[in-house]
Amino acid sequence: MEEKNDTIIEMIDVTRQFDETTIAVDHVNLRIKKGEFVTLLGPSGCGKTTTLRMIAGFDLPTSGKILLNGKDISLLPPNKRPINTVFQRYALFPHLNVYDNIAFGLKLKRVVKKPGDKPQKLTKAEIDKKVKRALEMVDLAGFEKRSISTLSGGQQQRIGIARALVNEPEILLLDESLGALDLKMRKEMQIELKEMHRKLGITFIYVTHDQEEALTMSDTVVVMADGMIQQIGTPVEIYNEPNNVFVADFIGESNIYSGAMVGKRLVKFCGKQFPCLDDFEVGELVDIVVRPEDVKMTSPEQGQLRGKVISVVFKGVHYEITALVGKNEIVIQNTESRNVGDVIGICLTPDDIHIMKKTLLSNRYIGYITKKNTVAFGDGEFECDVTQLYPGSFLDEEGYLITKEGKRIDLTDTDVNVEVGLHDISMSDNPDEGGARGHIISIIYKGDHYAYIVRTEENEEDFVFDCEDLWNENDYVSLVIPKDKIKLSLVSAGEDEE
Amino acid sequence: MKAITLNRKHLCIPYAAFLILFVILPLLVVLYYAFTNATGEFTLENFISFFSNTNTIGTLFYSLALGIVTTVCCLLIAYPTAYLLARGKFKKRSVLLMLFVTPMWINFTLRITALKEILSLIEGNIAQYPFLNSVIGMTYDFLPFMILPLYTCLLKLDTSLLEAASDLGADKATVFLKVTLPLSVPGIVSGVTMVLLPSMTNYVVLDMLYNSTYIMGSLIGSYFSAYDWHNGSMIALILLVIIFLITLATNRFSDDESSSRGAIL
Repeated sequence: MEEKNDTIIEMIDVTRQFDETTIAVDHVNLRIKKGEFVTLLGPSGCGKTTTLRMIAGFDLPTSGKILLNGKDISLLPPNKRPINTVFQRYALFPHLNVYDNIAFGLKLKRVVKKPGDKPQKLTKAEIDKKVKRALEMVDLAGFEKRSISTLSGGQQQRIGIARALVNEPEILLLDESLGALDLKMRKEMQIELKEMHRKLGITFIYVTHDQEEALTMSDTVVVMADGMIQQIGTPVEIYNEPNNVFVADFIGESNIYSGAMVGKRLVKFCGKQFPCLDDFEVGELVDIVVRPEDVKMTSPEQGQLRGKVISVVFKGVHYEITALVGKNEIVIQNTESRNVGDVIGICLTPDDIHIMKKTLLSNRYIGYITKKNTVAFGDGEFECDVTQLYPGSFLDEEGYLITKEGKRIDLTDTDVNVEVGLHDISMSDNPDEGGARGHIISIIYKGDHYAYIVRTEENEEDFVFDCEDLWNENDYVSLVIPKDKIKLSLVSAGEDEE
Repeated sequence: MKAITLNRKHLCIPYAAFLILFVILPLLVVLYYAFTNATGEFTLENFISFFSNTNTIGTLFYSLALGIVTTVCCLLIAYPTAYLLARGKFKKRSVLLMLFVTPMWINFTLRITALKEILSLIEGNIAQYPFLNSVIGMTYDFLPFMILPLYTCLLKLDTSLLEAASDLGADKATVFLKVTLPLSVPGIVSGVTMVLLPSMTNYVVLDMLYNSTYIMGSLIGSYFSAYDWHNGSMIALILLVIIFLITLATNRFSDDESSSRGAIL
């Protein structure tokens, strides 16, 4: 019961779909505690802004519920919610001066002054007092009569904050509110916002794509990608114990490797076994994250790994040293420098190794066999070996499949499960070379190779695979899959077995 | 480098020549004729005679009344139309806008003739309602000039401002009155300026709709056709000053209301 009272806003299975193929927010469940500073963090297009807009009331969920203090507000218009927003581009009214901008909400407000009375407007003096206090809070006392166009970006954003806070909302929403400011101003405002949050004690929900900002300011960080929540936790948890490769790559710098569990609390990657803290089943394929600042350099003899320095970059507080260990690259942050070409030892204690279950082990699709005995899936069409559907079968001259028993089958339009391994897809510039085409939407460096996700345009099908070459995000590529690497099984057969 | 800047300057020569030849020189000629008499001597007689003649003053007020009523009618029809076009969720917005603007592609005498036939069908003898018919004709004629500036102005309107207003507690009507309307003033001003002057002077519409009352345009025309350049010029000059004053007043009004001056033509 105690915990229930603590929750100010709760999103239950909220989905926002714009059209058939665009799902901005996908079955999100989120509970925010009273007085928390929560940051929704993610790359652009991850659904964080849509989530915020649904809390504000500018956007309505397609399905699911949003509860405020236990009451359903999913369909309430913004003016009926005790929530105020600080906009990304300030959204100050250009036809009003600073005073009138801040007083805008107060002039519309009706409050019950004495119990039992009807709600009344605030008097001029009350409004004056509140506006003055709000301006003092954002350090812009005396700016009442100034026109909005004479203010700098930073000042405008302060007015935006004052305009929202003056209404004493239960929740303050900030939509990338510091994004338009320059770096120095942004740092100052981060500290001020944090300070305001501490003083006012109301709930702040902040949206940003800047991971540093999120880690600096928040009590809780919600990492989002592709309309789904990837991880919820304190900044320390998110940084030290990322749930998956995406979070690890997005938050801070990281070395990410593919490996496997080889014993109890023993993991193998980069060709070496390391003791670790996480307990997974032996034989399980895993992703390993090592933060560059956790990597210790030793003399070549003492290290668990031996590497050759291939680049050194001075970063102010530390040096960023990249070393080559066998085929894998490892990035090290250290206050000590090394020279390019030096051979160094590398030491990783169990504490430095973060292990995550591999998110995807193979690509699975549902496709169908075409007239030409190729298989169509993932918005594409690929050559395949259809005889694997029926063991011992072969194709006759007319393209019919003859089973072991001698039965003649026309496979056209047969639905099949398709499975393609992570190492079995390659890319090509030539759009006609591969069976499907799409844009690269994600590249994650894994030491000696890159993990790619290519998404097709038509139905947004994803192809996930590893590749050693570096391409660019958003490159338009065609996907080549060798005939023998496409594993097919009959859809109905699979269901029967289950 | 120098050659390039010189070349750029040269680009404005055609316009400057046009401006001098067809705007500034004629204006000077009008000014000269307005303040001289038939013998070429300086005089204020034309000015005095305009304001001492009840007929000409009557014409001025009739024109003003016609112009203002037409402008108000245009505004009342154009604003909701432009609002719907700009802020509605139409997929083929440009096609819809085109539908409202295409009447401008048809010769206006043809349009007015068609309108005349329709009005005769409804009213019978259309000469009975000269003022009403003139207002209908002019509203019909000038409506696109009101819709277009309003449409561009409303289209530019930042949606986040409307969201901010409703976020701060304004219901839909308040959002419109406190944000949308004040911010569309530049569009209103530029639409009004584009409709008011033509509707005070375009006597062809009146002629075609059997309204025999003089308006400012017909007055000037009648003086000129009687070879009285002096009085005709004076009236043209007075009209110019009136329009100038109206523009000045509305400009100041919209300056107070909004910082965007660009929308005023």
